[in-house]
Amino acid sequence: MNKLKKITGKPLFLPIFCMLLVMAVNIVYDVSSGNFAFNFFTISVRNGVLYGRLIDILNRGSEVTILAIGMTLVVSASAGTDISVGSVMSLAASFCCMLLAGYGVSAANDLAVPLIVGVLGAILMGCICGAFNGFLVAYLNVQPMVATLILFSAARAIGLLLCNNLIVYVRNESFQFFGGYLGFLPTPIVIAAVCIAIVGILLKKTALGLYIQSVGINKRASRIAGLNSARIIFLCYLVCGLAAGIAGLVASSRISSADSNNIGLNYELDAILAVALGGNSLGGGKFNLAGSIIGAYTIQAISITLYALGVSTEQAPVYKAIIVILIVTIQAPPFKAWIKRMNAKRALEKGGAAA
Amino acid sequence: MKTRKINSNTMLLLITIALFFVMYIAGCAIYASKGFAHLQTFLNILINNAGLLCVACGMTCVMLTGGIDISVGALIAMDCMLLAVGMERWGMNSMVLCVLVLAVGVVFGLVQGFCVGYLEIQPFIVTMAGMFFARGMTAVICTDQVSISANEFFVKLANMKIEIPFGAYTNSKGVLQVPFIRITVVIALVVLIAVFLMLRFTKFGRSLYAVGGNEQSATMMGLDVKKTKLKAYVLSSFLCSIGGICFCLNTMSGSVRQALGLEMDAIASAVIGGTLLTGGVGNVIGSFFGVLINGTISTLVKTHGKLLSSWSNIAVAALLCFFIVLQSIFAKLKDNKK
Repeated sequence: MNKLKKITGKPLFLPIFCMLLVMAVNIVYDVSSGNFAFNFFTISVRNGVLYGRLIDILNRGSEVTILAIGMTLVVSASAGTDISVGSVMSLAASFCCMLLAGYGVSAANDLAVPLIVGVLGAILMGCICGAFNGFLVAYLNVQPMVATLILFSAARAIGLLLCNNLIVYVRNESFQFFGGYLGFLPTPIVIAAVCIAIVGILLKKTALGLYIQSVGINKRASRIAGLNSARIIFLCYLVCGLAAGIAGLVASSRISSADSNNIGLNYELDAILAVALGGNSLGGGKFNLAGSIIGAYTIQAISITLYALGVSTEQAPVYKAIIVILIVTIQAPPFKAWIKRMNAKRALEKGGAAA
Repeated sequence: MKTRKINSNTMLLLITIALFFVMYIAGCAIYASKGFAHLQTFLNILINNAGLLCVACGMTCVMLTGGIDISVGALIAMDCMLLAVGMERWGMNSMVLCVLVLAVGVVFGLVQGFCVGYLEIQPFIVTMAGMFFARGMTAVICTDQVSISANEFFVKLANMKIEIPFGAYTNSKGVLQVPFIRITVVIALVVLIAVFLMLRFTKFGRSLYAVGGNEQSATMMGLDVKKTKLKAYVLSSFLCSIGGICFCLNTMSGSVRQALGLEMDAIASAVIGGTLLTGGVGNVIGSFFGVLINGTISTLVKTHGKLLSSWSNIAVAALLCFFIVLQSIFAKLKDNKK
């Protein structure tokens, strides 16, 4: 009993447990449909690139992972979530494709401007959106979700304006690289790994991680202790916007177009779910980046499993929404108190019986 | 003699009402040739936004407690889909379906309210999950776009014109045009008046303000804060379902993409109407003007003819942003005074 408590008390227990659960479901599914039992885990090399369901999850999960990094910081510092990430992704993608194809052009094979301009454009757009959210939250004290709600609905509309209401196609190999392959590895995996490494090192080598947590736990106390709380919160939103920009770039490169209505649709749910699944409290304070990242890949594994089971893209949010509610319920203090009471009651009954 | 002091909250409401009249009169002046000045244009704003008005009333109640409900747009999509599929595919009676939709709304609100009130989870997280759940459920019911045409009673109800005895005019072809409203406007106005009276005169209405003003002192006064919050979310989802029926009467169809971003319009209407995001201050009359401003913007964009429809989205978002900033400035000024 004590040992079990020790294991379940570990910070990474929840995400790893969920990951194992998803894998188990996959094995059962493979066996029941008559495939090789470990179909899920086989990785092979086809046409010179890695192939397999695990690689697929790592590849397709890159965007969510990149978003989850930014979201973790935002949740930790401001006790609120950034619900605009999906829309910002779409805006960054639209801006990038608009730059690359030229305004008003719906399909281009040649780039109108050097690739680097488009890439920097996407990232810059993400940063601007992040700064906008950050300014509202950090300096004007608007509730995070209301502040980000503005871009949640406006960013897609602005993206449509930039693209002149069209789906802009950029069929150019150099642009398709970001969603394609680097040697034998899919590029998105590499990009996600680089993002994780940079943020990981930054948090480990500097006191930034500690600052963010202390601002999240008590904003006023941190300010009295000498931290510029507002600037730290602003910075977190900026990083979140930046992450959304990069994710948007990857997503649009993957389909070599900017579809304002569909890029990043429902990604905000996935990113928030990744943070919650990673064992982080949505009430702010302490965070665990590794948990969020494992959480993000778990989400992707859940999505791919759902699709394999025949659930359509539009129906998948039902299951994810239920998972979110279950996780936040488990985390909720009144629920914990109730469990404690139940346990105490049971112990009392046991004691009574023994006597 | 006691003079009435204009505090910052009434100020916000006055700004809103002034803004509406300025916008509408400007619209009349610019688009006079396109018939903007006719009474019917104004009535059309009401007709098109009847559903939104119901939703905004519910949203105001939730925001008074300091919470928020972003599941409304998705819930409307689910209601419309349920109505459309129920009538077209399952051949159910429209009245039974309407009652079913309202029941679904109440259950939906109960779950959300329980999570917010009793489990103390952040309202945003709960209703966001609710939003994705409802949107997903819409796709589970049916993924096609279903339009309603078979149910005679429902079609008749949707096409019913309630003519207004004044303001008639002859159009360019010399045909007498009598201004009319639809049944949805009547429903929405009844909801508006009912909620207004409820907020002003019932115990529940006053406790909404008390809970939003200060939760701790509300508890100390002996109010059941948890129960009040639960009721607020149930009310919001219920009114949202009424709004869903109005919406369905307007569009006569159900699809997964329906009412996308309506939560934004509803929240914007309430905020523009002077409801504070922190709770405790607000009025449905303000929200009514918020809805009218919302409707005027989209009508202006439509009347212009050449602008993309996304402009109205952006304008509403910008307006919401403006009012949020105003609220925060007023809040800061108040803090400084203390």
